[in-house]
Amino acid sequence: MTILAAIFILSGVFFMTVSCLGLIRLPDFYSRTHAVGKSETLGAILLLIGLALHNGFVLGSLKLLIILVFVAIANPTATHAICRAALRSGLQLWTRSKPGS
Amino acid sequence: MITRYESPIVEVVCRVIVPFVQVFALYVITHGHYGPGGGFQGGVILAASFLLLRLCLGGELAHQKLPPRLAIALGAFGVLLYGLTGLVPMMAGGQYLDYGHLPIPGVSGAELRYVGILIVEIGIAFGVLGIMVGIFDNLVERQS
Repeated sequence: MTILAAIFILSGVFFMTVSCLGLIRLPDFYSRTHAVGKSETLGAILLLIGLALHNGFVLGSLKLLIILVFVAIANPTATHAICRAALRSGLQLWTRSKPGS
Repeated sequence: MITRYESPIVEVVCRVIVPFVQVFALYVITHGHYGPGGGFQGGVILAASFLLLRLCLGGELAHQKLPPRLAIALGAFGVLLYGLTGLVPMMAGGQYLDYGHLPIPGVSGAELRYVGILIVEIGIAFGVLGIMVGIFDNLVERQS
């Protein structure tokens, strides 16, 4: 059980690291929200599953799973809302010919 | 007034999440003396739920849930509750916020302190809720 939990936690940390790297390296706002919205949600879900497995069958694990459900609902919705607001208020998309924005 | 961009996804998620946020806020307020939390933190979470409603549903619908004038009145009521709960033990011969002297018959010292802290926490929560919502409304109105 501990090994399984360690695998989940390590893969969660890996996805979090990738999303942080994307947040720094990607060129414009939309691709950055893409990095945060998908990869970081997956990383948080894996991390919380790993922590729940590590805890075993106690009340704390149930609380962790509830947190997981709310992170899985709220994080993509917030990314969607921010992205939509940016698009509606006229932020230009990044293209290779016109770098930076 | 700043307007919102309509999005059904955001509205549905907001309607699903807000009741859970409010129940959690009540939990944080009432368990302030056992664990982490308390009046200020619970009041901020409660205010955040109302601010989420104002952001997601827009002005008219959210103002039906908690009108701006009622928010200010709740804030004033919270401060009043705190102040009066502090003053009542002074009348009964103790010091300010000395809950052991609260004039409730048939309850001993430790339970009196328990009840007193709970009342004061609820007052703080109301105050923080009212002031946070009031600040948000004021900021939004100014941008006409």
